[in-house]
Amino acid sequence: MFPIVDRAVLSPTVARLTIQAPRIAQIRQPGQFVIVRRGPGAERIPLTIADGDAAAGTITLVIQAVGKSTSDLVEMQTGEALTDVAGPLGRATELIESGHAVCVGGGVGTAVVHPIAEGLHARGVRVTSVIGGRSREWVIFEDELRRHGEVIACTDDGSYGRPGFVTEALKDLLDAGDVDCVYAVGPVPMMRAVERLTRERDVPTVVSLNPVMVDGTGMCGGCRVTVGGETRYACVDGPEFDAHEVDFAELADRLGTYRDFEQAAMTRRGPCQLAPQLAEAGSSR
Amino acid sequence: MTERPILNPRERMALPRTEMPARGAGVRARDFQEVNLGFSQVLAAAEAERCLQCRNPKCIDGCPVRVNIPRFIELVAEGDLRGAATSLLDDNALPCVTGRVCPQETQCEGVCLRGKKGDPVAIGALERYVADWAAAHADELPHATPAPSGRRVAIVGSGPAGLTAAGELVKTGHDVTIYEAFHAAGGVLLYGIPEFRLPKDIVQQEVDRLRSDGVHLEVDAIIGRTWTLPELRAQYDAIFLAVGAGLPVFMNVPGENLKGVYSANEYLTRVNLMGAFREDAETPVLKGRRVAVVGGGNVAMDAVRTARRFGADEAMIVYRRGHDELPARREEVHHAEEEGIRFELLTAPLEVLGDEHGWVRGLRCQRMSLGEPDASGRRSPQPIPGSEFVLDCEEVVVAIGTRANPLLTHSMPGLTLNQWGYIVVDDEGMTSIPGIFAGGDIVRGSATVILAMGDGKRAAHAIERYFERVEALAATA
Repeated sequence: MFPIVDRAVLSPTVARLTIQAPRIAQIRQPGQFVIVRRGPGAERIPLTIADGDAAAGTITLVIQAVGKSTSDLVEMQTGEALTDVAGPLGRATELIESGHAVCVGGGVGTAVVHPIAEGLHARGVRVTSVIGGRSREWVIFEDELRRHGEVIACTDDGSYGRPGFVTEALKDLLDAGDVDCVYAVGPVPMMRAVERLTRERDVPTVVSLNPVMVDGTGMCGGCRVTVGGETRYACVDGPEFDAHEVDFAELADRLGTYRDFEQAAMTRRGPCQLAPQLAEAGSSR
Repeated sequence: MTERPILNPRERMALPRTEMPARGAGVRARDFQEVNLGFSQVLAAAEAERCLQCRNPKCIDGCPVRVNIPRFIELVAEGDLRGAATSLLDDNALPCVTGRVCPQETQCEGVCLRGKKGDPVAIGALERYVADWAAAHADELPHATPAPSGRRVAIVGSGPAGLTAAGELVKTGHDVTIYEAFHAAGGVLLYGIPEFRLPKDIVQQEVDRLRSDGVHLEVDAIIGRTWTLPELRAQYDAIFLAVGAGLPVFMNVPGENLKGVYSANEYLTRVNLMGAFREDAETPVLKGRRVAVVGGGNVAMDAVRTARRFGADEAMIVYRRGHDELPARREEVHHAEEEGIRFELLTAPLEVLGDEHGWVRGLRCQRMSLGEPDASGRRSPQPIPGSEFVLDCEEVVVAIGTRANPLLTHSMPGLTLNQWGYIVVDDEGMTSIPGIFAGGDIVRGSATVILAMGDGKRAAHAIERYFERVEALAATA
């Protein structure tokens, strides 16, 4: 069992769980993920590790409720335990050695980009993080990222930070001309927009993909993505790939395979109860 | 105990083979309950009488784990089920499993002397009967607690090879730990073989029995990620690698990434391990009305019969060779035919066709004819020009085999692999690294449960001899 030792509600559908998983905490690297199961009968959910503390033996997962299984996960409380946390899985991020990197995080992807920013900062790379959300309450991990460099927070509705999409802030940075690499994690449309911007300017770009997955070890092939015209498995060949080679249209399409099932399961379950908890936590954030 | 009739050889030879009762095809094709019903005590005793108790029993040689078949059958005939169970379990760590999934027709029953003139003894059905009796009467069976040997053995993978090796190694007092990547033990027995052929409770029983014998189990442990092989090697006196083949093979035709195309691994894992066959399951699986399963082996039969049970009106096998070449166990083909599975034989897929929303709408195929036997001895299929046609379907399951998963093997420098990435072993099952053994599909490629179990048993004995050599060496040093 993997006990939850700390929990916070970050956004109306996003929670942060800190989980006791000493072995994974000890060896995890930026970009790697785990597969978790809440309990008997539950789905296996792949989640990229957002943070960790080797000394305390904990890892941090930031989870967005999108279907039944993730809603069940974000509602778990400190003191409860997950039956399974398997990993660390996937390849570690290929971090650049020096220069200036821009880490782009959209929504819950902001948490996923955090270990990359941390890893880059640790080796002396200058990091600028461009993070965003629909509105103020969807901007997460700003303080964590600020430890590793400058942060430009953006909101679509202008309720916080720079008004507009992360891509607009990224465009300004790219136009300034000293960006050596971009790491982008977020919804597929965001990663796609980032990829278009950097392709025009020939800036290397890495994206972290989160396709449908069962085992996480290469056995099922469900996570296959087309990269550079070839089928690759996100679980063992990724989850990070060269953004300029990824077939995003296929990825977005395959992510919709179980949409009907997810909607039916959510109808049976009822909505995620995080938003009231966030309101309760109020301005303490 | 019933009075046993005394039969002369002629009377014995005259006894007809007792067939195991099965549920009717019409009923069973709509649910996931077990197809075969097993022998009753009366049927088992009657069938046991048919065994001739050959002086040189060929059936033992025909069995990859060398079960002393005549002996346990003799004990069944005598009504001594406790004795029969003890004898069987001594030879075979997973008899509930093998009694259900072994291809007996090519093994023990294939060489049974009675088969030369008529039907062989129903060894598989008898094994299943005795094994199920043993599971139901576990408390009545002798339970040895061997003295600890002081040696630690790690087993990587909890499929049939790993479980068998564990069962053998605890018998001699070794401290055995099995590492499993999934959240539950059983490997292909759990994720691959469906409930209707091998109920998961039975796999759990076998795993529980090994654990009560002292085998440790570490789930969620991916060797090659959570721990590397060199790290395990530093902690254990010997290691047995039984990770299976792992990676699915796709057809490499256009359209394979459309929604509705599954590898058999993914399809069966969702259904079996993740329980998608249950109404209240959290893990989803697509349930097409028309499902094409590509391949002709046991995995293909499992997938197509699963699709049928999910309500597919047309559950189809698409196989490029003919009926006689189907590699599946005979009983599976027979059961599939009874359940209304359509066989599109001598047919090869060329392309998966999709609709405007990215969902599968059909499989473009061509008809084949069989040419001369190829290097493997099988007649190779040749395309018939102008024979292209479209098979309408909403779902395609690709069951054409697996290949080696490099996740574990690449974590161990110095481990010799062949050109396909499978682990190379010597006659004893030892790899290029002393003390590290391997068996099952990661050595053989895609094989069967019982061959993997044979490897597990052989490796366990080889590990025993390896320890003796190490001890002898230490004594002379």
